[in-house]
Amino acid sequence: MLNYILGRLLTFIPTFIGVTLISFSFIRALPGDPIQVMAGERGVSAERYAELSAQYGFDQPIYVQFWEYLTGVLQGDLGNSFVTKRPVWDEFFALFPATLELSLFAMIFAILLGLPAGVIAAVNRGKFFDRALMSTALVGYSMPIFWWALLLIIVFSGNLQWTPVSGRIDLLYYFPNPTGFMIIDSLASGQEGAFTSAVRHLVLPTIVLGTIPLAVIARQTRSAMLEVLGEDYIRTARAKGLSPGRINGIHALRNALIPVITVIGLSVGTLLAGAILTETIFSWPGIGKWMVDSIFRRDYPVVQGGLLLIAVMVMIVNLTIDMLYGVINPKIRKR
Amino acid sequence: MSFKKLMATGMLLSAIGAAAQAQSLVYCSEGSPEGFDPALYTAGTTFDASSHPIYNRLAEFKVGTTETIPGLAESWEVSEDGQKITFNLRQGVKFHSNDQFTPTRDFNADDVIFSFERQGDDENPYHTVSGGTWEYFNSMSMPELIESIEKVDDYTVVFNLTRPEAPIIANMAMDFASIQSKEYADAMMEAGTPEMLNQAPIGTGPFTFQAYQKDAVIRYLRNDEYWGDPAKVESLIFAITPDASVRYQKVQAGECHIMAYPNPADVQDMQDAEDIVVMQQEGLNVGYLAYNTKVAPFDNANVRKALNMAVDKQSIIDVVFQGSGEIAKNPLPPTMWSYNDAIEDDAYDPEAAKKMLEEEGVSDLTLKIWAMPVQRPYNPNARRMAELMQEDFSQIGVDVEIVSYEWGEYLERSKAEDRDGAVLLGWTGDNGDPDNFLAVLLGCDGVGGSNRAQWCNEEFDALIQDAKVLSSQEERAKLYEEAQEIFKDQAPWNTIAHSVVFMTMRPEVEGYVVHPLGGHIFNQVGLSQ
Repeated sequence: MLNYILGRLLTFIPTFIGVTLISFSFIRALPGDPIQVMAGERGVSAERYAELSAQYGFDQPIYVQFWEYLTGVLQGDLGNSFVTKRPVWDEFFALFPATLELSLFAMIFAILLGLPAGVIAAVNRGKFFDRALMSTALVGYSMPIFWWALLLIIVFSGNLQWTPVSGRIDLLYYFPNPTGFMIIDSLASGQEGAFTSAVRHLVLPTIVLGTIPLAVIARQTRSAMLEVLGEDYIRTARAKGLSPGRINGIHALRNALIPVITVIGLSVGTLLAGAILTETIFSWPGIGKWMVDSIFRRDYPVVQGGLLLIAVMVMIVNLTIDMLYGVINPKIRKR
Repeated sequence: MSFKKLMATGMLLSAIGAAAQAQSLVYCSEGSPEGFDPALYTAGTTFDASSHPIYNRLAEFKVGTTETIPGLAESWEVSEDGQKITFNLRQGVKFHSNDQFTPTRDFNADDVIFSFERQGDDENPYHTVSGGTWEYFNSMSMPELIESIEKVDDYTVVFNLTRPEAPIIANMAMDFASIQSKEYADAMMEAGTPEMLNQAPIGTGPFTFQAYQKDAVIRYLRNDEYWGDPAKVESLIFAITPDASVRYQKVQAGECHIMAYPNPADVQDMQDAEDIVVMQQEGLNVGYLAYNTKVAPFDNANVRKALNMAVDKQSIIDVVFQGSGEIAKNPLPPTMWSYNDAIEDDAYDPEAAKKMLEEEGVSDLTLKIWAMPVQRPYNPNARRMAELMQEDFSQIGVDVEIVSYEWGEYLERSKAEDRDGAVLLGWTGDNGDPDNFLAVLLGCDGVGGSNRAQWCNEEFDALIQDAKVLSSQEERAKLYEEAQEIFKDQAPWNTIAHSVVFMTMRPEVEGYVVHPLGGHIFNQVGLSQ
């Protein structure tokens, strides 16, 4: 197992260099000069342009710029945002816990509902329940997030007033955020009602962000289960007279989990980088909106640093998933 | 704890909560500030969160107007030749304090000199702190304009200028001219954390900075030692809410008291709602189509006028602005002093336009229209606007091709003197001075740069230059009014629209005034019980 993990870790190195290069070139490949974009209608004189170019290092040949970036990265320096002038590193870690918190909850929501739904649909294949679940999943998968979020806000926050409209906690509460996770910090603050408020604020964004992964997981679980349920050993188990609960829950599900976990792993990557719309609508202070804004502003350090950090996070998630395969399927572990 | 006690405590707590809430004004803002040192930045969102609540300037804009009034300077005198301005500073003004800093002295001349020197002097240790590029200081030509700043005594400062410049007082009221504490700056430099000036701001303004969480919330407390009229609420909270529909939902649900930038599509609904108040005013901006007056046949004023007459501006307002705009007839917005309301716009008359083109011997005319790739208040959808114009021009036999570039490219290429085509662009005023529109956008100096029409009219330029050095606003206004007549007659642009700015609030909000310079200012805003 240790060799397996070490082997996987080694593959990180080329991936890391590749991501650094791609994120560096990606933003520079976009048309648009950050200095011109910053100056806007007001414009900038030729002398001023030269001064600013020198200040940002744009007057250097591109390979020198890349080399400086790479050496900076290796020393843990991702540079400062052109816009806020603050270190990219600080900004990322101020915002990332919010994204992580929301993504985790969305994932838990998707798994808790998606797995049972998929299993139930597979067991009742072709029956009403299966069709109903799978058509709902299809609707969930194709739902425009923006519309879905506003619909939920209007119904649950506007008309019924069950949940708050947006934000992470009621503004009445004010306490330090040492961990950045509102759920933990609100509990630690000891302020009455803070935790409940944080949970209430999580409900709608969790549902919105979790909807697509939920649909994907339910569909994947169903098809993986169906495949396994057709295997010989399941027929044998049935012939032995095992209870359906034991067959479906233990023998079939465990084997069906491998492709499902792959899908979950892939979804985590999408969640981390793809919470943009959800974060914007629910005023959720995460990295999604931060990245999009910086692309529009041609804020090179934020785009390249943010992409790199997100890639590292996704790599870590994938490694964890690979390790999980080993736990579920001993054959992989021994290979 | 017995159930009764628990209930009683709960009720008490919620009563305290309600009381605390009643004294907090919550503003749903549209985005995060870039930082809190206004001189480093150019965005209105940043100024709303920094210069207005936290800082003061030597002169201030009277809220609701573009007029300048005394701020940290009680008064000022301009010398005969207009090149020397003496500011008499207000005494007894206290700076805020925070965990790292408690001021030992009141505001004085050293703070004024520091606030400007750090922007203009390469030698100042704060010149490069926080990656300072001092965009506004530079783009308002302050380095060329200010020869030196002299401290006469603790409460008298003299600005020596290289040339007379009437708009300088308005510049002094701009956000970049916010006054910082030199004492705080020195203390932070010594502590090795000079960037705190930008992150934990200390000013003299009506609110003190309490806390900021990026993309979530900014908190301020009332400054009880404020030199002017104290703020009406105990605390001010910015709930950062980027989506306009969500902001409106929050106002309806009572999570915010007031919001800016509603969706134009929601405005009608807001105006109809009983428990929502909507205020509106023309923005300090103009959207225009600039012909290239150096290229035939657009060098002929009659051709330009004919083209202007062919555009149905009302349908542009209806379709592109969805009601959140107003037809522009002058290059200046109507809230600006010296706006010439006597001028009549060229009437929409395609037949007359066609005839006029024939008279000028122009036929088979083709024209490129440049459509901006971005949304701006003065033009929410340039592509759609260009399409409407294309249709209008086809009615008079002019064939239009629409072109567009990435925003940075667009700005750069549209400056070229031999540019092919007419450019859709606009401008938002910086300091409420007509010079900031007329000289920047239409002066001879701007040709090949910010003057996208490449239009240099001697008569017009002479008026603008004369107005720049006069100190009487009345006399200046006369010259600007005359200049607007020449502009209309020569038609270097088709002036299209001024945006209309809406502010949405709950009925308990009292004393809010829409500010023509675009800032959202809550110093004198209160809440009725």
